[in-house]
Amino acid sequence: MEDDKSQPTRREAFIKLGVGSVTVACAGAAVFGYSYLSPNVLYEPSPIANAGKPENYPRGSVTQNLEAGIYIIHGAEGFYALSATCTHLGCLTAWNADQGIIACPCHGSKFSVLGGKLEGPAPRGLPWLKVWLGDDGELLVDRATIIPQNQYLRT
Amino acid sequence: MTIQDLRDTHVWRSVFRGGSGASNLRRAMAIQQNVFLHLASVKARTRALQFSVTWYLGTLSFGTFMILVVTGILLMLYYHPSVPQAYADMKDLQFVVSAGVFLRNLHRWSAHTMVMLVFAHMFKVFYRGAYRKPREFNWVVGVVLLIVTLLLSYTGYLLPWDQLAYWAITVGSNIMSAVPVLGQKIRFLMLGGNTVNANALLRFYVLHCVILPLAAILFIAVHFWRIRKDGGLYTGHKESQ
Repeated sequence: MEDDKSQPTRREAFIKLGVGSVTVACAGAAVFGYSYLSPNVLYEPSPIANAGKPENYPRGSVTQNLEAGIYIIHGAEGFYALSATCTHLGCLTAWNADQGIIACPCHGSKFSVLGGKLEGPAPRGLPWLKVWLGDDGELLVDRATIIPQNQYLRT
Repeated sequence: MTIQDLRDTHVWRSVFRGGSGASNLRRAMAIQQNVFLHLASVKARTRALQFSVTWYLGTLSFGTFMILVVTGILLMLYYHPSVPQAYADMKDLQFVVSAGVFLRNLHRWSAHTMVMLVFAHMFKVFYRGAYRKPREFNWVVGVVLLIVTLLLSYTGYLLPWDQLAYWAITVGSNIMSAVPVLGQKIRFLMLGGNTVNANALLRFYVLHCVILPLAAILFIAVHFWRIRKDGGLYTGHKESQ
């Protein structure tokens, strides 16, 4: 009769051991899974784009670099680069030379040539990107670095 | 909180339908009303659970299959079945991805183990005479599963896209072309071309990751269900029919 009493507690202890082990294993699998699912190396294009020689951009020109998703603009005060990605939902905008504005085909946002927002639904203007001259005299644009407006590159 | 309390919660009961309780009826319902467990019988002979009867070889084969499914799906997240990207992805899994080498090796060793266990299972069933009436059909299902296992092993062989993989599939596909009359046609369809190339890699990938696993799951379900339908596991010549 004593055996009958001790048996359930022993079973309970085993169940607790089992549930505990499974819990630890699940926690381990979660950590393991998270580290596996986060790639350590990305094969994405570099954020730094080469836009070529500054001579290719005459003063007053707006040039869209479709591959890099940027505008290289040679304004009266110097060079600057704008992101061509609409700040609304990420569509690629286009330069409309007739109206002198940048327009988004997806939802009709409009931006000035300085990147300022003219019409919604975009919440903000197009950001200015860092531009500098590389060692070989070519324009480099860092698409990951946003700079304040009106910082021109003078060559 | 004990497990019993958990079983009494509304959420648990809404998922598993059957109520808790230690009666034989409740235990039987827990098996019979579960879509996965109902393939198995609600009762088993004590003898059938002993190690010596089966050496648990069928269950162990299924266990390695489940490991292969889980590790295989995870490996698919980093693997592109294209030339020559497949080889680079395999090297990335070994040297760049966190825990990638562990999952790849687990997949590889489980695959070898599964082939070994499936053969051992077959020999065990054969030498004990467990294939006899009324279990003849389940033996046939088992042979199909053996072939599916070997095909899974073979198709997985090409996916690393290294020299070993390339020449193994070249040799294997040339063996196929020895089939009378249709040999060359079969090889052409199998490789999607005349040489082991991008089409062959994609075909083997689809077979390895979609078609053959689905076939395996289907036949495993029938295999397990037939154990119940054929009167449970074979426990020896004295079993009552």
